[in-house]
Amino acid sequence: MSRRARTGENPKDLLFENATALFAFGVLALTLLLFGLLVRESLPSIRRFGASFFVSQTWDPVAGEFGALPFVYGTLVSSFIAVLIAVPLGVGSAIFINEFAPEWLKTPVSFLAELLAAIPSVIYGLWGIFVLVPVMRDYFMKPAASVLGWIPLFRGPVYGPSVLAAGVLLSIMVVPFILSVSREVLATIPQVQKEAVLSLGGTRWEMIRIVVGQHCIPGIFGATVIGLGRALGETMAVTMVIGNRPEAVLSVFSPGYSMAAVIANEFAEATDDLYLAALVEIGLVLFLLTFVVNIAAKLVLRTMVTRASRGL
Amino acid sequence: MRTSYGFRLALLGIALLIAGVASAQAANSLTITGAGATFPYPLYSKWFYEYSNSHPGLNFNYQSIGSGGGIRQITAGTVDFGASDAPMTDEEMAKLPGPILHIPTAIGAVTVVYNLGGVGSGLKLAHDVLVDIYLGKIAKWNDPRIASLNPGLKLPATEIVVATRSDGSGTTDIFTNYLSTVSLDWRAKVGRGKSIRWPVGLGGKGNEGVAGLVKHTPGAIGYVELAYAKQNKMAMAALKNREGTFVLPSIETTSAAAAGAAKTMPADFRVSLVNAPGKDSYGICGMTWLLVYKNQKDPAKGKALVSFLKWAIRDGQKIGPTLDYAPLPKPVVDMVDKTLKQITSGGKNLY
Repeated sequence: MSRRARTGENPKDLLFENATALFAFGVLALTLLLFGLLVRESLPSIRRFGASFFVSQTWDPVAGEFGALPFVYGTLVSSFIAVLIAVPLGVGSAIFINEFAPEWLKTPVSFLAELLAAIPSVIYGLWGIFVLVPVMRDYFMKPAASVLGWIPLFRGPVYGPSVLAAGVLLSIMVVPFILSVSREVLATIPQVQKEAVLSLGGTRWEMIRIVVGQHCIPGIFGATVIGLGRALGETMAVTMVIGNRPEAVLSVFSPGYSMAAVIANEFAEATDDLYLAALVEIGLVLFLLTFVVNIAAKLVLRTMVTRASRGL
Repeated sequence: MRTSYGFRLALLGIALLIAGVASAQAANSLTITGAGATFPYPLYSKWFYEYSNSHPGLNFNYQSIGSGGGIRQITAGTVDFGASDAPMTDEEMAKLPGPILHIPTAIGAVTVVYNLGGVGSGLKLAHDVLVDIYLGKIAKWNDPRIASLNPGLKLPATEIVVATRSDGSGTTDIFTNYLSTVSLDWRAKVGRGKSIRWPVGLGGKGNEGVAGLVKHTPGAIGYVELAYAKQNKMAMAALKNREGTFVLPSIETTSAAAAGAAKTMPADFRVSLVNAPGKDSYGICGMTWLLVYKNQKDPAKGKALVSFLKWAIRDGQKIGPTLDYAPLPKPVVDMVDKTLKQITSGGKNLY
């Protein structure tokens, strides 16, 4: 009410305020509409399979039996691998660029790293098929499978296209996001604090550890979530290297499938209603998954920020 | 005051001009829209180009969104014709607002390609061996069942990596239709369809995806369209046909299969050409169809469509082989011609 009184005197302000509110609610309405449509279109599948949709490994369009487990599993594992690789890479290079790199190196390195974000995903996919997968297969996966094959995670046979290949490719696509957000976060550290640590006789490593530990963990976590969101939804590059085999297998060397990939692959030719509904339900699951990841991230971030500010 | 009056007059003039141009365009231009199969798209786009060039004012708008999408759109009536690599099922036809005709336009072959280092085209495969490779029962290239078909050929002891199409496609439908036709085992365990549950193998998206998998994975075997295999110079298998001869895929052996099947062609053309009789017939072939309503809503569009179809099954057939599609055999062309005479609009024949 008090806010209304502040702007209410000027009708133009009022108009502007209402217009922005309309846009904001428009975005909200779009999200709800999308969710509602996904639910409505997947109803036949939800009714038919219920909860078994999430535990069944069978994806058989001929027999009309559908289960989402292999796709959920493949999406989660490949995205997890991507983040696992991309976070140290992105944060490490951000620290290097901001704190250690000589001036003449800063611009080209950060420019090239950010250019990675501008490459279309189909190009990544092609590069994956032609370069990454053969190289990984011959120089990493085959030797690794013959030495570490007794661990279920690294069991053969090795074909090349695999959940691991998808994870590695995704990590390259995710790095620029983590890098640029981390650089922004690092740039917010007050120079005074850095100098304080150094003046107390701390090494550069100690400075980074103390100051970054104090300041930047929430920001870097936020960067990770942005990267994870990108990895979960990536379609084209993943489908080109993951092997497109609807099976949830423990070994990261074996081919898998992702939710976005199966929708892109099978939607155009899905003629019968149940098949279509099952594909839409996969879309719904993907939608909910990204939603949950974002909500969880927000919650974690909030506790981190309060803890960090209390720590100071 | 004067200037604003002149400005309004100018606006009016522009509006009249636009209206005039639009109405002139509407008067002598007709756009026929279609949607469906991707497999015959190169042929169709060439046809539409050639035909519109000789028929000014007639335009085609074809979206190659896949056979399933084509069937959905013609069922909903949002396009003037549909296109599919698989005939519509009785269930799908029951949903249509009116009777539909399947007009065959070309014949394509699906080739079995492989990556065996030095081994070029011509590896001999029998249907039971192919089925067992795709079932995962034959896992090594030096399996005695492959070796006995290829005496003198040194086969490596490497594992067979099976490649399949991950996206729903008519190519997969033709290929699995063949496997189901030649093997009861396959029919019972897997079946046929545009997307199926493969017992083994890696999936590649599109012909290019399968070709990429086969090219870059030593010991891989896969299936792609003939045109794709030829243009990429991939090693193709010679498949044992019904009469026991080993036949390499080509336009000639595809035509032979079509000729073999022509004798038993049903009147609605909803038939598969796989495992066709004939000494020179290649086993894995399929027709592709345009889907046209028997009763056309718009007489002008219907008339233009029928004229185009008449051209397509005559002059259009000569373009097919240049793009690696086999032409329809003569008896089939005659049958299609008779079918086209059934197309009407408001009771009036459009032929």
